[in-house]
Amino acid sequence: MADFDIPELKEFPVVPHIQEGTMAHSKPFVSKEQFQEPLGFPGELVDNWQEVAYDKMEELTGKYRSLAVFLDSCVKCGACTDKCHYYLGTSDPKNMPVARQDLFRKVYRRRFTFAGKYFPKLVGAVDLTEDVLNDWYSYFHQCSQCRRCSVYCPYGIDTAEISMAAREVMDEIGVGQKYCNEIIAKVYKIGNNLGLPQPALADTLEGLEEDIEDDTGVTVRLPLDVKGADVLVVTPSADFFAEPHVDGLMGYAKVFHEAGISWTLSSHASEAANFGMFIGSYENMRKVSLRIREAALDLGVKRIIFGECGHAWRVAYSFLNTLAGPFDFLDPKYPVPMHIMEFTHDLIQRDALTLDKSANDDMVLTYHDSCNVARASRMGPKPGGQFVLPREVIKASCNHFYDMPQDTIHEATFCCGGGGGLLTDDLMELRVKGALPRMEALKHVVETHGVTHMAAICAICKSQFAKVLPYYGFQMDSIVSVHQLVSNAIVLGNKQ
Amino acid sequence: MSSIEANGKTYETDEEGYLADLNTWDKDVAVVMAQIDDCELTENHWEVINFLREYYEEYQIAPAVRVLTKAIGKKLGKDKGNSKYLYELFPYGPAKQACKYAGLPKPTGCV
Repeated sequence: MADFDIPELKEFPVVPHIQEGTMAHSKPFVSKEQFQEPLGFPGELVDNWQEVAYDKMEELTGKYRSLAVFLDSCVKCGACTDKCHYYLGTSDPKNMPVARQDLFRKVYRRRFTFAGKYFPKLVGAVDLTEDVLNDWYSYFHQCSQCRRCSVYCPYGIDTAEISMAAREVMDEIGVGQKYCNEIIAKVYKIGNNLGLPQPALADTLEGLEEDIEDDTGVTVRLPLDVKGADVLVVTPSADFFAEPHVDGLMGYAKVFHEAGISWTLSSHASEAANFGMFIGSYENMRKVSLRIREAALDLGVKRIIFGECGHAWRVAYSFLNTLAGPFDFLDPKYPVPMHIMEFTHDLIQRDALTLDKSANDDMVLTYHDSCNVARASRMGPKPGGQFVLPREVIKASCNHFYDMPQDTIHEATFCCGGGGGLLTDDLMELRVKGALPRMEALKHVVETHGVTHMAAICAICKSQFAKVLPYYGFQMDSIVSVHQLVSNAIVLGNKQ
Repeated sequence: MSSIEANGKTYETDEEGYLADLNTWDKDVAVVMAQIDDCELTENHWEVINFLREYYEEYQIAPAVRVLTKAIGKKLGKDKGNSKYLYELFPYGPAKQACKYAGLPKPTGCV
């Protein structure tokens, strides 16, 4: 099945002994000129790349105070060393968060600190050589920017931000990553990560309407580009394409149908994901976000609701207002933006949906907290709502639910192994190995509670698990969308 | 640029073995691509490949998995209109493996 060793699932998580360089070979395909240029990056390695990189590092550490603080404040306490799923899965010491940060930090020290300029050997400061750049390309593409390490860092150092900065420096000198940059270029050209044009989207949605009608006998619409609708739903394009994502999309449609609220999808903003964040590029993140604003204005909606997508929700919750705001044209009664989970949860609270839990009796569920939702956002009015709301929606839709062990959920959740722009076949070994801690936690509840399915609210998590679950002996379809459970349980036409 | 040889002809591909130019596709290259993956193309495989090419011609994108399963179900009978059947034919995933043999670009994004 694989040309690498699949880690063994142990009864209790074990921190592995280090094995130097075991993942030094892992590198994603380098982006080509045609994907670099639409993003404003050079097509290949520029001649004076070291100078360009240093200038960019100076700009970034000047612009982002957080980055400079993160680079200056590490005391090498070691609290982060056993917290990264990629270290736990690969044993490569450069996947310890502190070591990953140090790849960037040692160059920063050499160029921008007194000690590093005059006594480089004493402080481990080095120039950005070709070897260092190689390490950057390899190991900054072995960080899914999930921020688990930052939860345990006494200084709150966020490795994700250092990874983003490193990727931005690499893009600036012409060494981009194909997967992310090809996708961002597609968003600019077509409107979504998949490259799904409007006619194909319309045809796909029509097919889903047919399926719901065949299945339930009720006509439920999945409207596209409807001017004057109340709600614009922005969802990852994987929801139109992949399994189990599409089952979640049908769930949103049924919820809107039952709520009697008019809604629409947009072909212009047919993507919630924003890969601009993964490559650390503010400009690209902004350009992708602006499409949502344009669509909302063009369609004249009153609210914007985001579908099940992890990092999209981080960008939406934390940055959308400053990236693409102000959203003063939307109805101020509702949060801008809103998550579909908040919307459905509110309806359940108000008893506006009829849910037949027994429809999901063929499953025993657990829930995977997606990293960007768990550690970079919130839902609802109370702190921790991002943990509570999805679980309450799941529990309202099914009879059997068990959480995985405490140190693997909520803010301690493990990344699926494919986040942060790493969900690509050229990184399959990394993805499989990085999934180890989550797979061990899943195995635990499978054995103790008979769990059969794991629900998630992130398109990347869903695709990643569908791919890696079989490597660990689980069924690929044991990953489900939360709104798929809602979709199964909802009784249509019951509330007037 | 990588390439594949089939029947004396050279076909340019990307790093992952997808055809660089959709228009260079023919049945010979599909057979060779499948051979590389230790897969022998049967009538059932061709049904899927042909549908993918027709769909792509109309919409400039590969169909969603659900669209594909539905179409195959209509053509070959309901028992074959599910992703299990498609995964049996294309164990690396129908969306990616079948697209490759059909000469279509690889679906990108969170899929």
